[in-house]
Amino acid sequence: VLSLTVQPRCKIIRFILIQNRAGKTRLAKWYMQFDDDEKQKLIEEVHAVVTVRDAKHTNFVEFRNFKIIYRRYAGLYFCICVDVTDNNLAYLEAIHNFVEVLNEYFHNVCELDLVFNFYKVYTVVDEMFLAGEIRETSQTKVLKQLLMLQSLE
Amino acid sequence: MTPSVRLQEMIRVIRSARTQGEERGIIQRECADIRSQFRQGDNGERSHSLAKLLYVHMLGYPAHFGQMECVRLIASPRYSEKRIGYLGAMMLLDEKQDASLLITNSIKNDLSHSSQYVQSLALCTLACMGSAEMCRDLAPEIERLLRASHSYIKKKATLCAVHIIRKVPELAELFTPSARTLLSEKNHGVLHGAVVLITELCERNPDTLVQFRKAVPELVQIMKGLVTSSYSPEHNVAGISDPFLQVRILRLLRILGHNNDTASDAMNDLLAQVATNTDSSKTAGSAVLYETVLTIMDINSESGLRVLAVNILGRFLLNNDRNIRYISMTSLQKIVQTDHNAVQRHRGTIVDCLKDQDTSVKRRALELSLALVSAVNIRSMMKELLIFLSVCPPELRSQTASGIFNAAERYSPSKRWHIDTILHVLTTAGGDVRDETVPNLIQLITTASELHCYTVHKLYRALIKDIAQQSLVQVACWCIGEYGDLLLKGECEEIEPVQVTEDDILDALETVLQSHMSSPATRGFALTATMKLSTRITDNVDRIRSIVSIYGSCIDLELQQRAVEYNALFKKYDHMRYRSAVLERMPVMDKNSPGHTNGDTSGEIKEPDTSKPKPVEAGLLSEPASQVIITGYSEMQKHCCVYVHVVPTVSVYEKNGLSLKIQCDKQTETEVTVTLIASNSTQNDITNFTLQAAVPKSVQLQMKAPSGNVIPAHGLGQVTQTVLLNNPNKASLPCFRFVQLSFLLN
Repeated sequence: VLSLTVQPRCKIIRFILIQNRAGKTRLAKWYMQFDDDEKQKLIEEVHAVVTVRDAKHTNFVEFRNFKIIYRRYAGLYFCICVDVTDNNLAYLEAIHNFVEVLNEYFHNVCELDLVFNFYKVYTVVDEMFLAGEIRETSQTKVLKQLLMLQSLE
Repeated sequence: MTPSVRLQEMIRVIRSARTQGEERGIIQRECADIRSQFRQGDNGERSHSLAKLLYVHMLGYPAHFGQMECVRLIASPRYSEKRIGYLGAMMLLDEKQDASLLITNSIKNDLSHSSQYVQSLALCTLACMGSAEMCRDLAPEIERLLRASHSYIKKKATLCAVHIIRKVPELAELFTPSARTLLSEKNHGVLHGAVVLITELCERNPDTLVQFRKAVPELVQIMKGLVTSSYSPEHNVAGISDPFLQVRILRLLRILGHNNDTASDAMNDLLAQVATNTDSSKTAGSAVLYETVLTIMDINSESGLRVLAVNILGRFLLNNDRNIRYISMTSLQKIVQTDHNAVQRHRGTIVDCLKDQDTSVKRRALELSLALVSAVNIRSMMKELLIFLSVCPPELRSQTASGIFNAAERYSPSKRWHIDTILHVLTTAGGDVRDETVPNLIQLITTASELHCYTVHKLYRALIKDIAQQSLVQVACWCIGEYGDLLLKGECEEIEPVQVTEDDILDALETVLQSHMSSPATRGFALTATMKLSTRITDNVDRIRSIVSIYGSCIDLELQQRAVEYNALFKKYDHMRYRSAVLERMPVMDKNSPGHTNGDTSGEIKEPDTSKPKPVEAGLLSEPASQVIITGYSEMQKHCCVYVHVVPTVSVYEKNGLSLKIQCDKQTETEVTVTLIASNSTQNDITNFTLQAAVPKSVQLQMKAPSGNVIPAHGLGQVTQTVLLNNPNKASLPCFRFVQLSFLLN
């Protein structure tokens, strides 16, 4: 059994995943130490758990000994794995915040944008989340930074 | 880095592969290409190659050979190469890889780079995959950045510090002073990071927590500012000013106010303000309200505030958004013990949530409903719970059933209601109840002696309707066996009378015996019940005899053994009135009587295997016959529903005029008192009469003085002797006593 607790009740984001319905990973950001095969297993399990749910379910799933906050946007599932005692609604808002930034940045983002510009998606994630915590929540600020960074490349 | 056409091209080509095999082939080619690119050294193409490799890695293919390239690229002066190098490090390297140490130096240099974006890359990478060693190395740098730099860097530095503390807790002291000063920052991002950092410091070190309690007024001020400021466009989400920051501050306040009156007092007003002023029409507001409720419940808040919090949760229950209903119930569950009355007010809404379509919501509603059952509302709640049981998803059934049983046990308004409820559950969800339900129900039935008639009628009707639910069938068989005579009488107060003949009953039991749906245990119940009826019915005893003898050759060993022994009861021991004694009505069972807690699930009182009884020497009148009785007795005890010592009087020896009876006087959990009565119907007195007894090791024997040692002739008198059997370990019931007689017959 994988133990995914750094400490008992450590309130940290364990990982952020973007997956499509078929199970293909479009982004996997890990904030805790896992082996490669552990990561693979987690990805598969999250996919299995999340894709069987529909509109009549809540956006929270209890998963192993913590929980997944997720939301579906078109064909993509955005999942954040947090501690059982964490505030579900806050993370739900964080997901939405993140998606809105992506939308702005890629001008009506679609899955292919995330595929062909995968490294940019990581940049966005790293602007908004860090060390397993929410980092910057102001969409305007994040977008400003992203444009700056883009100009450097 | 404008992605080279080749990267985009590669992605397109990979996506166009039609089969897994084709994709693998493309990947292999590309990887070979990438490898040769890496070998070529600096040619401006390295970052593109690494980017391609990272894409391949995301698809799930191995990419370890790129690790060293990451290290090289990080050390490059060009931003685009550094950038990809760091991304690669975060994706391909983790603290377990040796290569990760190699980048420590680069990170160190980049932390002091002139460009804040390079600094930011280094911070980000360290916060993502920094090992304990790297953290120790670079902690002073981070601390410096906390104090000196631009807010863009400070934001990242605070969270990087959080990561360092998690990896190396001893370094917490290093960051404590700077953390304090960061609270005066105006920049929300930095403030947010500072609050997270302080939270982490306080959670790890109680002394630091005490220190930071002094910051409560400052935190309260910041919150007030957020709540009242009507317009903060940058961090505004659905009209709420930076809900994320509010949530973090509330969480920190919770930790600081926990178990501390001064701190709790200082935040009381603020919490009330947030609770009343926050708009909960959107998720953002609800998130803040929720965190507020959690904080109120966890600190020493005044009761008015607590009521406010529970009311918020109650409002949440009525929210259209299922998410909000769900988290409300999660919280209500935590406080249902401490604030029971407050939660009771929302019982109606909670019960309604049983009908929600999401199973996790249903589960929460079930747990809460069970916690809210009380003597006052038991009838109405049970109605709802029973309805729920019949429609709930299978994974919740056994939890519901056992919850119903517990509630019924504690709050039943009457025995009949209790029995009815259990029967209802067994009919609806008999397959999902725990094993102890059967003996528990049997015990309950025996205690409700005024309801025996009602119960057996009800169970009989349930039995003839359906024999699929094993637990129900087992209880029904037991009842019919025990109270079959009441069933035949036909009249019953509380239920419509129905004519039941002996054949009807035997038909029902035989159906159970023969059905393939019946489990072996159930068939055991049925067979024993049939046997017991032999003393309760009058006409059809022969039918019973034949049923029992058929099963004497049954393939099931357990059934066969029972049948053989019941046969023995018919054949050998009929004349000793053993059969009727053995099959007599059972007394009311004590809940904790040893037989009851016996691990056996059949509900019958089963004796464990006895070792072969010692041959009894009976002095001058040593009788093989007496041995047979005794041996047979113990065999039967193995499988019959009999309390040996409860049968009022049993004759254990009758020969040549001397008869010895055992009479049970008293029986408790650990002790049995019997009286041995010896009488003499011969012409002459019997003198020098003594009795000795031996018992199994676990039992203590105490024989009181006999009333005499001469038994008068012609049955004119008796000799009695009281014997105490003590079974302190509540081990298997003292199954047997070996009796030795010796006397002189004149």
